[in-house]
Amino acid sequence: MPSSEAAVANQTHDNPALLHHFASAEQQKNAASFGMWLFLATEIMFFGGMFCAYLIYRYWYFGDFGAASKTLDIRLGTINTAVLICSSFTVAMAVRSAQTGKRKAIAVFLLLTIVLGLVFLGIKGVEYKAKFEEHHVPGQADFHLAGSVPLHPDLPVNQAHAQMYFSLYFAMTGMHALHMVIGVGLFSFLTYEAWNGRYSPSYYTPIENGGLYWHFVDIIWIYLFPLFYLIERHR
Amino acid sequence: MLENMPFWPARASAAAGNVDALYIFLVVVSALMVTLIFTMVIVFAIRFRRRAGRCAEQVEGSAALEITWSVIPFCLFMVFFVWGASVYFREHTPPRDAAEVYTVAKQWMWKFEHQEGQRELNELHVPVGRDMKMIMISQDVIHSFYVPAFRIKQDVLPGRYTTIWFRATKAGTYHLFCAEYCGTLHSGMIGWVVVMEPRDYQAWLSGGGNQPLAVTGQKLFSELGCSTCHRFDTQGRGPNLTGVYGKPVLLEDGRTVMADENYIRESILSPNAKIVNGFKPIMPTFQGLVSDEQLSALVAYVKSLGQSQSEQTGARGMATATPQTK
Amino acid sequence: MATAAVGELGERENYLNREYGIKSWLLTVDHKRIALLYLAGITFFFFIGGFFALLIRLELMTPAGDLVQADTYNKLFTMHGQVMIFFFLIPAVPAVLGNFLIPMMIGAKDLAFPHINLLSWYLYILGGTLMLYTILAGGVDTGWTFYTPLSTEFLKTQVITAALAVFVAGFSSILTGLNFIVTIHRMRCPGMTWDRLPLFVWAHYATSLIQVLGTPVLAIAIVLVALERLLHLGVFNPAMGGDPLLFQHLFWFYSHPAVYIMILPGMGIISEIVCCFSRKRIFGYTAMALAVLGIAVVGFLVWAHHMFVAGISIYAALVFSILSYFVAVPSAIKVFNWTATLYKGSITYQTPMLYAFGFIGLFTIGGLTGLFLACLGIDVHVTDTYFVVAHFHYIMVGGMVMAYLGGMHFWWPKISGRMYPEGWGRLAALIVFLGFNLTFFPQFILGYMGMPRRYWDYSKAPEFQILNVLSTAGATILAVGYLLPMTYFLWSMRYGEPAPDNPWNAAGLEWMTSSPPPTYNFDEEPVVTWEAYNYDEIKEEVPVAQ
Repeated sequence: MPSSEAAVANQTHDNPALLHHFASAEQQKNAASFGMWLFLATEIMFFGGMFCAYLIYRYWYFGDFGAASKTLDIRLGTINTAVLICSSFTVAMAVRSAQTGKRKAIAVFLLLTIVLGLVFLGIKGVEYKAKFEEHHVPGQADFHLAGSVPLHPDLPVNQAHAQMYFSLYFAMTGMHALHMVIGVGLFSFLTYEAWNGRYSPSYYTPIENGGLYWHFVDIIWIYLFPLFYLIERHR
Repeated sequence: MLENMPFWPARASAAAGNVDALYIFLVVVSALMVTLIFTMVIVFAIRFRRRAGRCAEQVEGSAALEITWSVIPFCLFMVFFVWGASVYFREHTPPRDAAEVYTVAKQWMWKFEHQEGQRELNELHVPVGRDMKMIMISQDVIHSFYVPAFRIKQDVLPGRYTTIWFRATKAGTYHLFCAEYCGTLHSGMIGWVVVMEPRDYQAWLSGGGNQPLAVTGQKLFSELGCSTCHRFDTQGRGPNLTGVYGKPVLLEDGRTVMADENYIRESILSPNAKIVNGFKPIMPTFQGLVSDEQLSALVAYVKSLGQSQSEQTGARGMATATPQTK
Repeated sequence: MATAAVGELGERENYLNREYGIKSWLLTVDHKRIALLYLAGITFFFFIGGFFALLIRLELMTPAGDLVQADTYNKLFTMHGQVMIFFFLIPAVPAVLGNFLIPMMIGAKDLAFPHINLLSWYLYILGGTLMLYTILAGGVDTGWTFYTPLSTEFLKTQVITAALAVFVAGFSSILTGLNFIVTIHRMRCPGMTWDRLPLFVWAHYATSLIQVLGTPVLAIAIVLVALERLLHLGVFNPAMGGDPLLFQHLFWFYSHPAVYIMILPGMGIISEIVCCFSRKRIFGYTAMALAVLGIAVVGFLVWAHHMFVAGISIYAALVFSILSYFVAVPSAIKVFNWTATLYKGSITYQTPMLYAFGFIGLFTIGGLTGLFLACLGIDVHVTDTYFVVAHFHYIMVGGMVMAYLGGMHFWWPKISGRMYPEGWGRLAALIVFLGFNLTFFPQFILGYMGMPRRYWDYSKAPEFQILNVLSTAGATILAVGYLLPMTYFLWSMRYGEPAPDNPWNAAGLEWMTSSPPPTYNFDEEPVVTWEAYNYDEIKEEVPVAQ
């Protein structure tokens, strides 16, 4: 067979994880990391559009956004934030376990991350259900946000502006939740591979890149939490 | 001069000449550029075609040339920019005493209401030599008011007024097109702008027995109960609206806004969006209770409050009715 | 540098004959096979979009709307735009020529992420299928720009599936860009430094930056439109406190840089062709590389020049107008540098070079008319008219499609191992050039006269007819011009003259391997010790055409 194929076959033989078109494991790892960071840049631009919309409408409808924000359950929101921060910790521990070659520990930490992610999604589900029950779903005929604008007891809430808040709430936390679901699926796959001994100190790129993805989704939440839950809480 | 050139739009407004001059300047410069590039490419392609015994000569580049052919075009571009910006600026700065036509666009027709009360559908009569300001809003989707002969175009949005002004300079009938795709009959949302000599326009105006827009507004102001709170003294539960238009308004959150057409409209439809300093948010909303045409009339009325007779008459001596204020 | 041995198909193993069978194509991770998969897709969609264009031009021959109904016409121009932009123009050069050539040009065996490359293709096909479904299920009539609230509140057509189709195709585009950036950074062979990269690679690098950073914003804009339709959210609906202009800003934030995604790869092709057929190194290599980067970066700052009459403040309009003039400067530099490259060259007129000449001329005209549109005073009159339509077709069709065809002819021997028939190639190039100008030059005049875009019927303005008839006549000629290469490329795959490794004696690593190349591109990893466009070292001229 042509000489290029022989050379390629030799390389694959040395390191089963090395793909044929890379010259070395290091080149492969660098490329994978670079690609992951680039992908996260695209995700920043993706969420960025919605953050832009949020910025504009919050500036225009500040009072009504404050009133709507108060109807979110801050305890659940805070718990969720803590849950996600813990899950980022378990992810970091999974990467560490891979670096130190502890096969079982990788799988355990990945599994913990999944569990925490599912807890987050469960709590989100509870919150969404509450919004449905309280008639705070935008676009529905029975939408109504009672009460007045914070600091202005004689100024009733503008229903259209309050609906805008909830439109952005559902769109942004919904998109975030979708990314969490994808993350849980991804990590399930990683857990399976980890349990089967696929990862070692010389090759754990998928865990590292999966971890980057998870951290990114966590950071998005860290921005969403104050923007949606904490408007006017200081009063 | 260019009036009768084939394939050239009629020129019927004061701005048209400016736009044409700018356009012709760009056409000439572009034609020179195109000729230069085309000539050089063709000459080089022939002069330096492959010939036996001659090799290509490598030329690395030249920083001096790169700078030259960056700076010179850039300077030209800045001329284009400044000239274009000044034309645009003038087109978007309507004169203070312009006559106003309230426009409501909807799929797929244009509804015009003159201050004097005439209503027109898909046809707009204007006099030669008078500054006209279009105050426009859409009932549904985005449309665009386009009169090629005047060289003006302005998108018409749902939810807020946009404006454009012109001064017609030549009698005649000119195309009016909708220029923003708006659905099935977008190409049918067209009409005519009929420019008339001032005497003919006067005759047309008085031929309708119409009630001036501001008087319609005054009647609505009283029928809808606005005058209950918005009294013309200091006793009212709402602000006195005399002279409010065109002046800054202090809001109770400390902001200051300019009282333009959009502010007046918003105050009727979403009164709690901006509360005037010193007043309570007790005004009910009229969303769904007034049509766009009625809003035009109310806006016209509020704008007329506090203006003296001479201000309303305008610089060109065209009479407009003065609604009575208490 | 050029190898003397001629590779004949069947004798040497190459990427085409290595494996047969549909599975070997549909599950390939070879960048060259994926490029051909894309070629099939974009050619298919080009003819669909072209068919819609033909119907549009036939309708516009007469002032009355007498060929199709108004709603049908609105669907035709919408789907012509969507298909041509998202399923032809954006992927054409990067996903076909970029995919095929970039690894070879940098001396690599493949792209950095071959599996993601295949995923990109499947996403493209999925998006394309959704687009076909949209067409067959009744079509969509929002205009390719999806403006709200028309698209969210007032239309009853397949808006959501169209949005989904574009969304999925967008991800294909993002992943391609991502792949190229990592490849160009990390997979260059020894000696291939940044300042030795072919300008084709630089152009794709700049394009990929835009694809990666801009496309996600379009994605979120159309996701919000779809959500608004489905769930009656009010993000863009004034009746619910929303702002239709917010949609326009989000849409154009991508869609302006998108036009640079479409043209920059074409500019890369022109640099390669002009150098080869004048036997010269490009004039001003550094300026050319910086120019594509400059266009990509400044191109992100000018989006609201599509909104000068939309209701933005006059101060915003001033800012975007002046920035639009800034972005014109690097494009001008490129035209001057190509022209200067011809100086003292040794020029021959093979088909790729004819397309390159056409590109330089037509891109110059198209680019200059962009200056008209950036000019606030003029834009107010000509925006939303046929002047804009003519402008962007000059760049997209006169520029981009001609560059694409030039590139296809230039690299066809490398891709297929066959030569195309040179006589037919030149004839087709001439027909395309003439047909194109006849189709689109009258539209500049129509636009200034005041004919608005997207008009099904202009019976109240019959003065527009004569120019429309000329335009339609040109379109039929253009169609013939496009059918010719389609036909003879297919013919050449069986009956074309077998191609040598380097039929043009061109510079560049891709010419130093066989035609067609082996699966892993090179028998041995190249080590580069020479500058790009080393025509001073390549003594041979371009072989005379048969």
